[in-house]
Amino acid sequence: MTDKNKTISHILTEERRHPRHLVDILQDIQAGEGYLSKDEMLKVAEFLGLPASAVWGVATFYNQFRFAPLGRHPARVCMGTACHLAGGQLVLEAMARELEIDIGSTSEDQEFSLERVACIGCCALAPVFTIGADVFPRMTPPKVEEVLVAIKPAGARKNKANRK
Amino acid sequence: MTFNEVYRQARARWESQYNGEIPHVLVGTATCGRAAGSMAVLEAFRREIEGQNARARVSEVGCMGLCSYEPLVIIIKPGDFSVCYHHVTPQVVPQMVQGYLLGDDPCLELALGTVAGGDGEAVYIPELERFTHETRLLLSNCGYNSPLEIDHYIACNGYRGLIKALKVKPVDIIKIIDRSGLRGRGGAGYPTAAKWQQCRKAKGKHKYIICNADEGDPGAFMDRVLLESNPQAVLEGMVIAAYTIGAHKGFIYIREEYPLAIERLKTALSQAEEKGLLGKNILDSGFGFSIEIVRGAGAFVSGEETAMIAAIEGRRSWPEYRPPYPTESGLWGRPTLVNNVKTLAYIPLIIEHGDSWFAGMGTKQSSGTALFALAGKLNNTGLAEVPMGTTLETMVYRIGGGIRGGKKFKGVQIGGPSGSCLPESLLNTPIDFDSLKEAGGIMGSGGIIVMDEDNCMVDTAKFFIDFSQRESCGKCTHCRIGTWQMLDILENTTRGKASPADLDLLKELAEDIKSGSLCGLGKTAPNPVLTTLRYFGEEYTAHVLEKRCPARVCKELTAYYILPEKCERGCDHCVLACPVEAIFSDDKGLKVVDQSKCTKCGSCELVCPVEYNAVIRLSPVSLVPQDRRLRPETPSKEL
Repeated sequence: MTDKNKTISHILTEERRHPRHLVDILQDIQAGEGYLSKDEMLKVAEFLGLPASAVWGVATFYNQFRFAPLGRHPARVCMGTACHLAGGQLVLEAMARELEIDIGSTSEDQEFSLERVACIGCCALAPVFTIGADVFPRMTPPKVEEVLVAIKPAGARKNKANRK
Repeated sequence: MTFNEVYRQARARWESQYNGEIPHVLVGTATCGRAAGSMAVLEAFRREIEGQNARARVSEVGCMGLCSYEPLVIIIKPGDFSVCYHHVTPQVVPQMVQGYLLGDDPCLELALGTVAGGDGEAVYIPELERFTHETRLLLSNCGYNSPLEIDHYIACNGYRGLIKALKVKPVDIIKIIDRSGLRGRGGAGYPTAAKWQQCRKAKGKHKYIICNADEGDPGAFMDRVLLESNPQAVLEGMVIAAYTIGAHKGFIYIREEYPLAIERLKTALSQAEEKGLLGKNILDSGFGFSIEIVRGAGAFVSGEETAMIAAIEGRRSWPEYRPPYPTESGLWGRPTLVNNVKTLAYIPLIIEHGDSWFAGMGTKQSSGTALFALAGKLNNTGLAEVPMGTTLETMVYRIGGGIRGGKKFKGVQIGGPSGSCLPESLLNTPIDFDSLKEAGGIMGSGGIIVMDEDNCMVDTAKFFIDFSQRESCGKCTHCRIGTWQMLDILENTTRGKASPADLDLLKELAEDIKSGSLCGLGKTAPNPVLTTLRYFGEEYTAHVLEKRCPARVCKELTAYYILPEKCERGCDHCVLACPVEAIFSDDKGLKVVDQSKCTKCGSCELVCPVEYNAVIRLSPVSLVPQDRRLRPETPSKEL
């Protein structure tokens, strides 16, 4: 039995064999794997006795679920009202520019992924973004650069002076 | 164990911590405190107390609602003042330990004020003016008692409401709630007693209670703070509600985006079970009730009660047609009571203190207090709890401390994507369910966002429609396609590409969406657009007719320009900060923005030293002088 099978059998326990646990099960799978794969969703469908389309329908309905892995440093830029009014859009754009990836995607080396999220409830510190569990308050485009320089692996970042 | 024994034990424990022999350090570690760095502060206190051989207890507490002062620390010192410190960093912790824990210096230069109240009374800081305008019922002990200790809640009169309720007939509880005038705090303001009565009378052996903690409003975080700071109040409210309507099973539907609130709720649930306040036979009354936490998965529409029921059943959260109302046919077709976090948290207080106590606060039609999250361009952001009927002006200027940075007030957005944007002339509007409806919005769940002259109202309306469009579940055509069309027009407006006829179409679409949508999300989605058109119409006209954004926010209509008379030629800040190399030096060494390259990220404006302040924004873009728009063909000498 592979590790993956172990994880999923640990999640698909008898007391959860009811369609009402679908979202909960998907959340636990994503918490372990980082995303939902087709294989796992099919297993869940079989386990709950639901058509695969129902599982897919629920998984794609909710914003939380992803179908591709996140980067090692998952960046989430808050797009709540307070952050928007304080310039969150500029921060998001700066982030995409500095990481050289599109919003909603993961970098080729799997280091970073970038997502926009609705309010994370830190409105008083707007604009904010999170990388993993760290929250970065009162951001501006120049500060984005500073934060990322500290996180990016050495050598991965283009030297600005050279670029010029 | 009888409740009296539980209380005596809890009280002894609380006394030893809050009125004990050694100082007690309370570190606010709710989500907003953590974002500001409170976990490092907590660590620093533990380390320093040990390192300096001080004797003190350190506890994690929730949030007082003073978010702009985070990280906050309270030091309770026996026989001396209790002091609240703001913007605490690990660097100042050694000084605080040496000064106040070991010595007699309260480190006033780091203090926000003294702490008064506590022990059943609302905690406040007498030095801050805002507390004279607040009436803290729900926030009473938030940020003071620990959310991780049920004993703190019990010691300060917690679960007294439940004890009282269990001795009263359910019909009489409904009468008390009815006389108190409590209206649902989820936003619509439906009378709570009426909802309870419908559910109590509904036929069926199995009934359910759902606590709606899916606070999806971008810009509102009151429920999160309550759950992270005082979760037991919500649980107690749920037990009373369950006893009243005859339910034995409850669910708390909470956003997955609130991991700390979920963690603290779990702790609270198991502690309540241990004390016999939840479970098969609550306080030997023969009444049984259990609560399960259900995590949301990120859908704004789940906050609507029928959509929430679908979500708990494990389906897509699509709203259903009402009637039948959930109180008759809800979860799995059984009678279900859905109440907001705040509504439930008021219940124990109303039962304990009586209906007239609650009805005596606020206005005739909207009794009690209103809990709001203040955010945006204010000096003091955070939570505020005021009697209903308090004006927006008090909220913005007396509690919020006015506009940050001496800027000019422009508007206030209240009620999130379902709410309204109100201008200065309506600042005297009282905050209550009916006055806000009159002004074109709803009370919503309680987010107040203040905007200053640097915010564009068209852009704000676009933001909310963008939100509603993304979050539309897709069930109703008007909402699904209509919000998309509205967004399209608003985007064109912010680009200067809309025509006056488009604005008429915008109003028409708004009315259609309101009448053609099933749930509250669709019915109220156009409110931000309608109210900005109504109160800030001249901003729309400026965008459409003059291609001008008065707040200089909309990118296509705004240009960054460096004033040659202010530019200090020797300085290179803007050149280095520009991510696209759009800034060059002219033949005199003064900096110029190449408009063809500029992405309008605003970095140059942010880094230009304040003593020069040479970077400004111009709108319309035609204001940029002809000869300072583009890099000349033959580049001038680089610095």
